[in-house]
Amino acid sequence: MNGTITLAHGAGGRAMRELIDTLFVGGYGNDLLAALEDQARLELDALVARGDRLAFTTDSYVVDPLFFPGGDIGKLAITGTVNDLAVGGARPLYLSCGMILEEGLPLDTLRRVVASMKATAEEAGVQIVTGDTKVVHRGAADKLFINTAGIGVIPAGVDIRAARARPGDRILVNGWIGDHGAAIVDARGELALDNPVETDCQPLGGLVEAMLAACPDIHCLRDATRGGLAGVLNEFATASGSALHIDETALPIRDTVRGVCEILGLDPLYLANEGKLVAIVAPEDAEPVLEAMRAHPAGRDAAIIGEVTESPAGSVILHTGFGGERIVDLLVGEQLPRIC
Amino acid sequence: MKFVDEFRDPDKARALIREIETLLPQIPRADERPLQIMEFCGGHTHTIFRYGLEQMLPGAIELVHGPGCPVCVLPMGRVDDCVALAERPEVIFTTFGDAMRVPGSKKSLLQAKAEGADVRMVYSPLDALALARANPDREVIFFALGFETTMPSTALTVLAAEREGIDNFSLFCNHITTVPTIKAILDSPDMQIDAFLAPGHVSMVVGEAPFRFVAEDYGKPIVVTGFEPLDILQSLWMVIRQLAEGRCEVENQYRRIVPPEGNSAGLEAVAKVFELREFFEWRGLGSIDHSGVRMREEYAHFDAERKFPVPSLKIADPRSCQCGEVLKGVIRPWECKVYGRQCTPQTPMGALMVSSEGACAAYYQYGRLAVEAQRGKTG
Repeated sequence: MNGTITLAHGAGGRAMRELIDTLFVGGYGNDLLAALEDQARLELDALVARGDRLAFTTDSYVVDPLFFPGGDIGKLAITGTVNDLAVGGARPLYLSCGMILEEGLPLDTLRRVVASMKATAEEAGVQIVTGDTKVVHRGAADKLFINTAGIGVIPAGVDIRAARARPGDRILVNGWIGDHGAAIVDARGELALDNPVETDCQPLGGLVEAMLAACPDIHCLRDATRGGLAGVLNEFATASGSALHIDETALPIRDTVRGVCEILGLDPLYLANEGKLVAIVAPEDAEPVLEAMRAHPAGRDAAIIGEVTESPAGSVILHTGFGGERIVDLLVGEQLPRIC
Repeated sequence: MKFVDEFRDPDKARALIREIETLLPQIPRADERPLQIMEFCGGHTHTIFRYGLEQMLPGAIELVHGPGCPVCVLPMGRVDDCVALAERPEVIFTTFGDAMRVPGSKKSLLQAKAEGADVRMVYSPLDALALARANPDREVIFFALGFETTMPSTALTVLAAEREGIDNFSLFCNHITTVPTIKAILDSPDMQIDAFLAPGHVSMVVGEAPFRFVAEDYGKPIVVTGFEPLDILQSLWMVIRQLAEGRCEVENQYRRIVPPEGNSAGLEAVAKVFELREFFEWRGLGSIDHSGVRMREEYAHFDAERKFPVPSLKIADPRSCQCGEVLKGVIRPWECKVYGRQCTPQTPMGALMVSSEGACAAYYQYGRLAVEAQRGKTG
């Protein structure tokens, strides 16, 4: 099966059947999908045994370019949804996968994306159990869009919410920030760096499990994707009505990422991440959680980056390495490079 | 990170601030009202807010954030002209990123792009010329914007296009000049500024000499300043030392980049391609004589304004805007009637709320702490 995607691949006939059988069912390979019913059927008993609440989330992936240093849209489509489940304390279990293909997409591109999804799903311990494919006219979509929805189970007793940040709590991050945003800028070919930055795209389910084992009472947990670290910190500050103080010198930022930001006039706090989470825990839990994070491959470079106080309520304050302070607000629009 | 962290060393910052504190009592009348020091350049304003410099300074120093943000001071009518050019079907309109958000009277370039105009972000005018080479059936217009800093690269790009005989490339020229603008501020009757930090990157091109009139004719110390936080602190220390010693002259803090004579090759290219306009309209400051450049007659075929019809309508600044008074240090940003109410970064009414380098936007975004500190100081 060589060549390109045509409208026939989405028409419900033989071409579509063949695409689904060979590429998707063969590619993702699990019994629930292979049954080829119109829906996946999940055993309730198995779910109930793991916890007392279902977590359910969805996300769409439209990244350009499709392949970038350290990842691709397929890997992103798994990790993004898995991570949205994991940061609720849920054990991610099942995903759906909807694909919108642009007519003319090389089949080989699709094959590479599917292989990447399969490998990432295995790494994350989830199964793709149901799916859908549409083909649209050339120009009606940009090569390939993916939507994944996911289901996970939250263990009893876990209560992670943005509003739970309390004065005295410590703020942690699981490693280098801004890698994904810098990698995408670089992959668009606008900078031609000598040392390309790789995306940090990775599933976080295992890391969260390890953190919960060290401290079941994690107060807040979110992955810092679009909007960057600044976005998540502001969500916590607003929801909890407390002030989040960040120490600039404690932030793990690679020199190459800082370099990209210096050249373009971008702020690493607003760069996207795809494998980074921010946790807020009680002061006495900070060291044990940090230790558990550092013992896991997805948290090797974890750090305590700040502390929660009462005022100024609802704000994020950065204590600069230079000795000053400034507010870290939400971005007004897209982050745009400065003129000079 | 090498060559960056050296210029952000907190110990050196503390030492400089101590030095400044020792010098202050030697300045006559320093106890009567705060010393007003204007940083002209938007790049400096950005650094001051990004590193929280303002709260680190003694209360006797008040920084006035000048008009040196080319994106902010672009009048709405010019943005409307941009949009009109960008909406021509044959045009690929190229621009620096932060100019895309500046509101015109009806829309910004970002909105025009969303509605189908072919607007592309570039990092250099040479990127725009490359697009012209690659798209011979389209007209590529570069939105030339900025002070003397960006003029040489635009001029050299025009000269390259001329050499290569590329005829589908043109400029929409909005370059502006520093010196007439500083002069206009110095000439305004309500001006109280005691000293200036001169823009480092502009000086890299024009040299030190054009700023001598500030010291010689107006008796104000001025220091050519770099863009790292220690550069700014060191320059503040230098102007305060001048004030304390009763001197006033042009000093150069940014010697690692700025040669006293400037960049002669760059200036030559600029003089070849551009000539002064009689006047140019600024948002917030109104019309200033000789404060902009246009393309010389010999290069008219690269001038988008002569190649295509543009509406060129003058759109007045909203009357409630007090940008001019903020720019001259007469009022502080948060003392403006519309600041933070009708005028916010989401819905900018005045020039200074437009780009993150504008004083009002910077206060809104980063500076609430500084505002609280200042309010504490004054009452």
